[in-house]
Amino acid sequence: MALERSDVEKIAHLARLGLDEAELPRTTETLNDILGLIDHMQAVDTDGIEPLAHPLEATQRLRADEVTETDRRNAYQAIAPAVEDGLYLVPKVIE
Amino acid sequence: MQWETVIGLEIHAQLSTRSKIFSGSATTFGAAPNTQASLLDLAMPGTLPVLNAEAVRMACLFGLAIDAEIGAKNVFARKNYFYPDLPKGYQTSQMDHPIVGKGHLDIALEDGTIKRIGITRAHLEEDAGKSLHEDFHGMSGIDLNRAGTPLLEIVSEPDIRSAKEAVAYVKSIHALVRYLGICDGNMAEGSLRCDCNVSVRPKGQAAFGTRAEIKNVNSFRFIEKAINHEVQRQIDLIEDGSKVIQETRLYDPNKDETRSMRSKEEANDYRYFPCPDLLPVTIEHNYLQQLRSELPELPAQKCERFESQFGLSAYDASVLSASREMANYFEQVQRVCDDAKLAANWVMVELASLLNKDGLEIEQSPVSAEQLGDMILRIKDSTISGKIAKMVFEAMAAGEGSADEIIEKKGLKQVTDSSAIEAMLDEVLAANAAQVEQYRSSDEAKRGKMFGFFVGQAMKASKGKANPQQVNELLKHKLEG
Amino acid sequence: MHELTLAEIARALAGKRFSAEELATTLLERIRQLDPQLNSFITVTADQALEQARAADTRRAAGDTGVLLGAPIAHKDLFCTKGVRTSCASKILDNFVSPYDATVVEKLAAAGTVSLGKLNMDEFAMGSASESSYYGAVKNPWDISRVPGGSSGGSAAAVAARLIPAATATDTGGSIRQPAALTGLTGIKPTYGRVSRWGMIAYASSLDQGGPLARTAEDCALLLGGMAGFDTKDSTSIDQPLDDYLAALAKPLTGLRIGLPQEYFGAGLDNRIADKVMAVVEELKKLGATIKEISLPNMQHAIPAYYVIAPAEASSNLSRFDGVRFGYRCENPTDLTDLYKRSRAEGFGAEVKRRIMVGTYALSAGYYDAYYLKAQKIRRLIKDDFSAAFKDVDLILGPTTPNLAWKLGEKNADPVSAYLEDIYTITANLAGIPGLSMPAGFIDGLPVGVQLLAPYFQEARLLNVAHQYQQVTDWHRQAPNGF
Repeated sequence: MALERSDVEKIAHLARLGLDEAELPRTTETLNDILGLIDHMQAVDTDGIEPLAHPLEATQRLRADEVTETDRRNAYQAIAPAVEDGLYLVPKVIE
Repeated sequence: MQWETVIGLEIHAQLSTRSKIFSGSATTFGAAPNTQASLLDLAMPGTLPVLNAEAVRMACLFGLAIDAEIGAKNVFARKNYFYPDLPKGYQTSQMDHPIVGKGHLDIALEDGTIKRIGITRAHLEEDAGKSLHEDFHGMSGIDLNRAGTPLLEIVSEPDIRSAKEAVAYVKSIHALVRYLGICDGNMAEGSLRCDCNVSVRPKGQAAFGTRAEIKNVNSFRFIEKAINHEVQRQIDLIEDGSKVIQETRLYDPNKDETRSMRSKEEANDYRYFPCPDLLPVTIEHNYLQQLRSELPELPAQKCERFESQFGLSAYDASVLSASREMANYFEQVQRVCDDAKLAANWVMVELASLLNKDGLEIEQSPVSAEQLGDMILRIKDSTISGKIAKMVFEAMAAGEGSADEIIEKKGLKQVTDSSAIEAMLDEVLAANAAQVEQYRSSDEAKRGKMFGFFVGQAMKASKGKANPQQVNELLKHKLEG
Repeated sequence: MHELTLAEIARALAGKRFSAEELATTLLERIRQLDPQLNSFITVTADQALEQARAADTRRAAGDTGVLLGAPIAHKDLFCTKGVRTSCASKILDNFVSPYDATVVEKLAAAGTVSLGKLNMDEFAMGSASESSYYGAVKNPWDISRVPGGSSGGSAAAVAARLIPAATATDTGGSIRQPAALTGLTGIKPTYGRVSRWGMIAYASSLDQGGPLARTAEDCALLLGGMAGFDTKDSTSIDQPLDDYLAALAKPLTGLRIGLPQEYFGAGLDNRIADKVMAVVEELKKLGATIKEISLPNMQHAIPAYYVIAPAEASSNLSRFDGVRFGYRCENPTDLTDLYKRSRAEGFGAEVKRRIMVGTYALSAGYYDAYYLKAQKIRRLIKDDFSAAFKDVDLILGPTTPNLAWKLGEKNADPVSAYLEDIYTITANLAGIPGLSMPAGFIDGLPVGVQLLAPYFQEARLLNVAHQYQQVTDWHRQAPNGF
């Protein structure tokens, strides 16, 4: 399943990564090398095997419904790229 | 051609937990922007989620109430997409293994029939923040206070066939989550939001038509209008030879139309996968048994009981059981006055119009259930008439005291002393001698009309306090006399 | 002073031979002089270190006898440190001054350790050479023309060069054990869930695990004791009592059953490394161990499975770096998409972008089953291999790496060749079991490591075996020339 240039562009868009036109052929080639390595696993017989998402197969612990956080907006927004009136600013969101 | 509408609804109910689903931030509505956004809510690097037990409990309660299977091992998954109100770049939700599986809800239609609506699933997820579009030098502002508020997304089967049915279903869900105490149901604040999947097909056709999804409709009225509008739009399209395209649309209540949300249309590929920061949630059988025993009486059960125990009409019973607060109020009034029909009337007519006028919820009523019950007792023991009771009720609403205090203070006690009434009537007849003459010389038909005039004069003279029945009898006697 | 191990420092501080402040001052000066050759530190926090050292001295004067009191360490730069830049060796976090401490940082600070700074690494811990850092490549003190391994290369280089006695590190596919092997150190990746991940910037959440890098097993025991433990802030943290790692060190190895997986000695392994591993086996036999050949038949599938699972999780974990709330934001974005695409394209390095793309692809519609789900199934096969093997043996032993430290830049042109260097280490991450690498000698002046794997939560056993081995060998006592 070799990736084409257009596939790479689609993936980069999904991941919101800007692509350098000049690097695109090289990027496509490297990604195909990696997928080539990954594709070795298609030969493994995994019929009837349950997927394993967590190594320990433990169950989720629950926390009590308590408010433990206080307002630390000033500290948190001190490291933000752009804020105004307590809001994070981004280029206009169009609905 | 005859068209059939097919509707499926996705309702997002904000669960009324104190803290967020995965962090210890408060969920209070209306706080200053980003003051309820913790490290986790801001998706600071290195932060991790821990699940709120109360959100799990509330989802299970809902599942039990709709008779659904509860996912003994339910799993959180990540739904990946970029949006500024989604700080992590993914929404933690549930995909393959939701906490609540297949269930159903019976709804009462206007003609009194009951219809069963299938519920496909309900799953836990986190809410997003808000984008504010006021102009910040051409920028949008992001408030993440709401990010991480627990939501229960309730997905119905495409069992709904009209906008009215859709509204009835949403109202039933609304009542149910409020009964269960898991959502405040405040649609204006967005605590309950509805996405409507709408399609049409020729009557008799088995296959579904292409559907459009109307996003985020948040009032009962808008649900009905948005669906009706969308149905008409689709029928017009098809009848004009075009096709409905599968898309997301937005309802604009000002223009009463839906429009395409192209921004959300670009090929979404959410890349769901199990969230590696959260483990599967196990729901123990014993835990469910315990919850089941804590389930309150639900709207449908209550409605049925109001009919059988109190002999109320199906309509009255359904109105009075629509909300837990309304039902509790009514039952309290009934308990005090021991007259369900009078209690139902007063709650549904006078109290409802009072609350409506001032825009109050029943729990904010200026007249308590005890006060209203006591007042009805005074009607029952003939201390006051129904008409006077309205005055007493208004005075109670104005905070002038209990019914007895008001009756006493304002001298509203009904006059039942026959000789006093007779004396008063004599004065009235003397003052209207000409009319008395006229009455006596008239035929039956005309007399009937004129009799009302005398009753009115008599009640006016007694300031409404004379027992109307006695006034009637004595007056008749005197005029005929 | 810099020659002392953590355990020796603890005794010296307790015996008042020098103060924590004197020690910190000496090491800070050593870092200033020597680190420019290695580039192991991204940030040196001298003022804060001296302040912590003085506080430790005050505590000791007041009667506190904690084993880590005054112990100088440094943190891999993906552990969040409040008020100190936490960069993950990435341009995208170059300006990120963390508003909070990681649990590991908090615990070690509470134990009285003195943090000298933040250590260099592969960007977002993605790599096996520590060359992908925004702050430049880290060099191996044994030969500064060579890589120290990765991703915890800064931690390894700093400890190997005696700039600090021990450091924190993390291991997602071998990032503690492989650099330990390439720089002649002892390092342990604990059982998944043993060390809290709160504040440890995620690469692949279901594989990441923090642990110590030090010169000896004893020092690893000391530092791990301060790092490990249940944490309510991490849902994947395991609520199980902590073993007394120090107390377990002295246990004799009589009757210890060691398994040698045949797959660990196949093609691709440098023969000279195989010989060193067998020499360790002989030594352990003398100490009372018995040896059994075993098989881990699915080992060969671990690399493909890992390079699906880790990038998949990473692609999602790294979505939060979007230029909105913290970190790098591109100049003058024209619209929202431009903000995202340029901030991320300019902020992330090439290897990080590659893995995000691979992961995005593996999770995308139509490929999820063939890639992600398939990899998760192989993951179970690998876990089952270990469960079966541990029925017959107490520990599994093999090489940590197939090759010695390679030349800087040697594998840059071919990322896949670098991926293959993880072959012996990533199975432990996929299964979640603990693994340790310890020095096993030298080839051409370059260190060789041997790896020990144990069943869940048997960190104490791993440290015990390594410690006993280190009582009869002195590989771990060798120092690189010039350091």
